[in-house]
Amino acid sequence: MGATITEKILAAHCGRTQVNPGELINAEIDVIMCHDVTTTPAIDMLTDRGLSRVAHPERVVVIPDHFVPNKDIKSAEMVAKIRRWAKEQGIDKFYELGRHGVCHALLPEQGYVRPGITIVCGDSHTCTHGALGAFSTGIGSTDLAATLATGKLWFKVPETILFRLNGKLGKGVYAKDVILEIIRQIGVDGALYKAMEFTGELIDELSVEARMTICNMAIEAGGKSGIINPDQKTINYVEAHTAEPFKIFKSDSDAEYCRIVEINVTDLEPLVAFPHLPSNGKPVWQVGEIPVDQAYIGSCTNGRIEDLRVAAEILKNRQVAKNTRMIVVPATTNIWKQANQEGLLDIFMAAGAAVSTPTCGACLGGHMGILAAGERCISSTNRNFIGRMGSPQSEVYLASPATVAASAVAGKIADPRNYM
Amino acid sequence: MTGKAHCYKRDHINTDEIIPARYLNMDREADLAQHAMEDIDPEFVKKINQGDFIIAGEDFGCGSSREHAVWALRGAGVRAVIADTFARIFYRNCVNNGFLAIECPGISQQVDSGDELEIDIEKGIIKNRTKGDQYTFQPITGFAREVIGAGGLLNYIAGKVV
Repeated sequence: MGATITEKILAAHCGRTQVNPGELINAEIDVIMCHDVTTTPAIDMLTDRGLSRVAHPERVVVIPDHFVPNKDIKSAEMVAKIRRWAKEQGIDKFYELGRHGVCHALLPEQGYVRPGITIVCGDSHTCTHGALGAFSTGIGSTDLAATLATGKLWFKVPETILFRLNGKLGKGVYAKDVILEIIRQIGVDGALYKAMEFTGELIDELSVEARMTICNMAIEAGGKSGIINPDQKTINYVEAHTAEPFKIFKSDSDAEYCRIVEINVTDLEPLVAFPHLPSNGKPVWQVGEIPVDQAYIGSCTNGRIEDLRVAAEILKNRQVAKNTRMIVVPATTNIWKQANQEGLLDIFMAAGAAVSTPTCGACLGGHMGILAAGERCISSTNRNFIGRMGSPQSEVYLASPATVAASAVAGKIADPRNYM
Repeated sequence: MTGKAHCYKRDHINTDEIIPARYLNMDREADLAQHAMEDIDPEFVKKINQGDFIIAGEDFGCGSSREHAVWALRGAGVRAVIADTFARIFYRNCVNNGFLAIECPGISQQVDSGDELEIDIEKGIIKNRTKGDQYTFQPITGFAREVIGAGGLLNYIAGKVV
């Protein structure tokens, strides 16, 4: 019997030729990413137990992103502590403000994500990096501390659900709509504890960035990881971002899956996930009159250059509606620069949108765009939980950057196909 | 161990509700505890007594990987969360902290707030003293049990690896 890509990567990282779902293993971790919120507690835990040396400083990448630029004194202290710690530990991959970005957008952009490696970070959206054929999963602060101390982490080898995505996307329909549809079909715990492997002609067609959008939201279905078998597009992307060698693993044709979900995307329409779960997707033309106070484009889900291009195309020569405010947050400094060079930032600002420096910011209700009670936001982000972007009495609707841009112009949730 | 049940029977109670991100600029258990469950029940912290239990539906703790959710609950006095099912990272974080997360499918339909529960971890039995009922769960064994027994993953590692 064959093995899945996930099983092969995990086996290779615990010195085995094969591992089976359900087994507990202790796996070598190649990249340990640290951000501001979950790293400070990990540093304290290590210090308290006298485990204060990081086993492999060269594997650690530090990217403060949630509350940067520091939103208050407490968050400033957190980043200051991480900065000191990184220096003490000889960790030289520290992404200071000005070279910063949302960690899941910055990590692949800076060439740390390669096929076949293992990646952990104290952040649930770490599943993003499976888009490049790596095993990548979100962990808590204790797991992070343990990985920093030993270079290894325990896992239960997950079963895999295979998502076979066929057909072609129609006009105005994007990777975001595809993952919202998947979550709509299987529910927010439909892939609990499982690896979600995406394949099929749609995946072959999608850009590497669009694949990241799909893997990014695996956690919103409860998944342990999202993963895509590497192809030539993956190799081209990785080679353009790093000279480090890598080994490609792929699922065997006779690999065993606990479930196979087939979806044809040809008739898929732009979706909007209603509050308060990402699984509440509805076709945008069915939503009726829903005015929006804020439209937000950014985050590790949809803050990359392709997303900004799509939004700018819709906003060009148009204005954000009078009673709506729009915030655009390019996910990394390089994306910001690129968008600037391409004239996208001018388009946003001419339309009346505010453009911010990269930050996780308002996506998690941190800062830079918090909602008041009774306010409604349409957002290209990943979660619409109660209070996610501010007041527990506010509402978040999730959609693609195109639908967010169209809604900003209309002042209410709108079908992007009418603006293309 | 015995304590009172506090029921939040909805499925998919997420870590944003357990500890909202606006408090993630803090990481001390005592500070976080003051805001535990704030967005789902602003009265939670006043209601809970040291050693009480939370009863919840499916997928408890979904969403963000913030371990602050576990610390906030423990700091508020919660002895264990008993849920139909748990989200993966939250469950991991519980084990790693030596905090009890007991998976007991169907529990949310059988217990009401205020019920007095007695839990036998070894045997996997929950007695409802108020209702006179008894529920069973798969006792925690193997690696997870060892980690919980050590008081969490780092103690386990400090004892074993280093």
